[in-house]
Amino acid sequence: MAPRVLDLRGLSFESGAHLLVQRALRDLAPGQRLGVTGADPALEVHLRAWCRRHGHRVRSPETEGERDARAWIERGSADLDRWADAERAGGPSAADTVATPPGHWGLAARGALVESGGPEPPFDLNHRDLVWAEIAPSLYRHAASAQWDPETAVDWGSEFALPDEIERAVVQVMTYLVENEQAALVVPARLLARIHPHFREVMQLLAVQAADEARHVDVFTRRALLSGGELGTSSVSGRESLETLLTEPDFSLASFLLSVLGEGSFLNLLEFLDTNAPDPVTRQVTALARRDEARHVAFGVAHLHHQSTLDPALRSRLRAAVERRHDSLQDTAGLNQDVFDSLVVLAAGEWTPDAIARGWEKVRKLQEEMDDGRQRRLVHLGFPGDEAAELSRLHTRNFM
Amino acid sequence: MTLLMGGVAYDPKVVTIWAGFRDWLRAHDLDYDFVLYSNYERQAEDLVAGRLDAAWNSPLAWLRCERLAAAAGRRVDPLVMRDTDRDLTSVLLVRADSGCATVADLKGRTVALGAVDSPQATLIPATFLRREGLVPGEDVTIRRFDVGVGLHGDHIGGERDAVRALLAGEVDAAAVVDANHLLFGQEGTLPPGSTRVLAQTPPYDHCNMTVVDTAPEEPVRRFGELLLSMSYADPAMRPLLDLEGLSRWEDGRTGGYGALAVAVDETGFYDAEGRVTAPEYVP
Repeated sequence: MAPRVLDLRGLSFESGAHLLVQRALRDLAPGQRLGVTGADPALEVHLRAWCRRHGHRVRSPETEGERDARAWIERGSADLDRWADAERAGGPSAADTVATPPGHWGLAARGALVESGGPEPPFDLNHRDLVWAEIAPSLYRHAASAQWDPETAVDWGSEFALPDEIERAVVQVMTYLVENEQAALVVPARLLARIHPHFREVMQLLAVQAADEARHVDVFTRRALLSGGELGTSSVSGRESLETLLTEPDFSLASFLLSVLGEGSFLNLLEFLDTNAPDPVTRQVTALARRDEARHVAFGVAHLHHQSTLDPALRSRLRAAVERRHDSLQDTAGLNQDVFDSLVVLAAGEWTPDAIARGWEKVRKLQEEMDDGRQRRLVHLGFPGDEAAELSRLHTRNFM
Repeated sequence: MTLLMGGVAYDPKVVTIWAGFRDWLRAHDLDYDFVLYSNYERQAEDLVAGRLDAAWNSPLAWLRCERLAAAAGRRVDPLVMRDTDRDLTSVLLVRADSGCATVADLKGRTVALGAVDSPQATLIPATFLRREGLVPGEDVTIRRFDVGVGLHGDHIGGERDAVRALLAGEVDAAAVVDANHLLFGQEGTLPPGSTRVLAQTPPYDHCNMTVVDTAPEEPVRRFGELLLSMSYADPAMRPLLDLEGLSRWEDGRTGGYGALAVAVDETGFYDAEGRVTAPEYVP
């Protein structure tokens, strides 16, 4: 078969001629020839320079039969060599994840054809069992569809007037919530930067989780400032308790402490605030946050459930994590007293002895419900009942 | 004994390239190391003095080594070169709407060249003008763009400044290597169709790995053999080859330096013994 001659007509290398040359070379084997002709005066100059750079040889027409081209390329192999041992980074769907994606896949899209070699970014959460839960893709889709706009999701203009001390209690609780939500933002944000992007649904889910917390920080702050006053107090003990969450490097243990135990307890707290909110804005912001938090807890529980079926030693590590955290917080007060008192006042609704007694009882019941919830989740993860009860009791008094 | 190679640090990437090659060469049992120079002149002197075994040389440095070696009763050879060092050309560019149709039409006009020591943008084009009947400095005014002097044209800045001056109408023609004309068009420094190639020089060769006869024979042979065996299909080598701008090493050859040797003599850049005699050249 006679070698092909590509006619570039008026197209120059300054306007993309290499695309047509490259396309024509694709069909040739190394060593085969392609003639190139065209009207651009600089064609030979640029073709030579381009081919040199890309490992092809060029020569001028030598025989009469070659004169229908202005130059002849002998195809090289550099472009083929580059992709010779490329491989697919798994497949695009969640079912096509591999257990241990190589480091050099790095930021490549899952399912992309990955050139061999290259940098190996330090994604140390690089085994499926360290991060995965089958429910992650569907939870992510749900999370993405359930995003709300703080500006419009809350009726910020609704009219209400609270007695000063009730308003102060609301402000104190909001101040406490902001502090906790900030911890709940930082923890997944730190973890997601360490996850191999091959497990992108987990990365996406944690990204949305961090975005959820960002909105919570926003709406709780706005509710606190709605009456124009100052924010409440932040105690050392509360911050100490949260700090222990930030320092847990193990993905599963961090997820356990934050999502399963901490945010799990927060679900009860937010429901309590929804029920006992003295005004519509407080009710709305806590209800919105509660919906998001339920998703966070669901992922944490699903991930740990997935992992506990693969790793029988997981439960003893979870237990040790709770005990470690308990020991490090043993000498601290736990919950900020101002927060506890504010919860009682909110549940009481007024300053009579009977009302305060009722409020006190409700907060006691709240703590009981938190304890029940934690025990239920621990049993779901395979802990025997007595051990679940013991571990739940060791959970921080700061709730989160 | 360690085979010691010199290289010129014209860009920070030089460290990445040769440190990467060093790891690979050592992994293939060659006791190899490199030192970096700030300019080619000292490297050429050290090679011929036997302080180096090999030097990654510009074409101009190769010629100087040849002359220094001959004067000292020594011998240098080009061991290998990149596939991209073979058969380069330089082009004389004018603006697309220029009235010049031939090189002779540049008489009385201004031509932009690169740095004083650039083979591709200054020395070879100056000799080319002379062959075409125009004596630089007499028949045409030369405007030089001295960026990276001492780097023998490895720094692209002089050529880029020259074509910018051409576009701005400050000069009537500019000389650049063919690959940079392609590059400037593709990166947008030159809008498509804004320049026309007035003339093209005959092909010439560029860099080579120069070895001196004081170097131990067997390590030099092994060095050449290993470089020639580097494969673009090897993922560990490919990024380094990309950085150094080649897809394979080829045998060294001496036939492509004739035009530059003439230019060196015409401009009095080096004398026959390899001494630097160029005026206005302070590497």
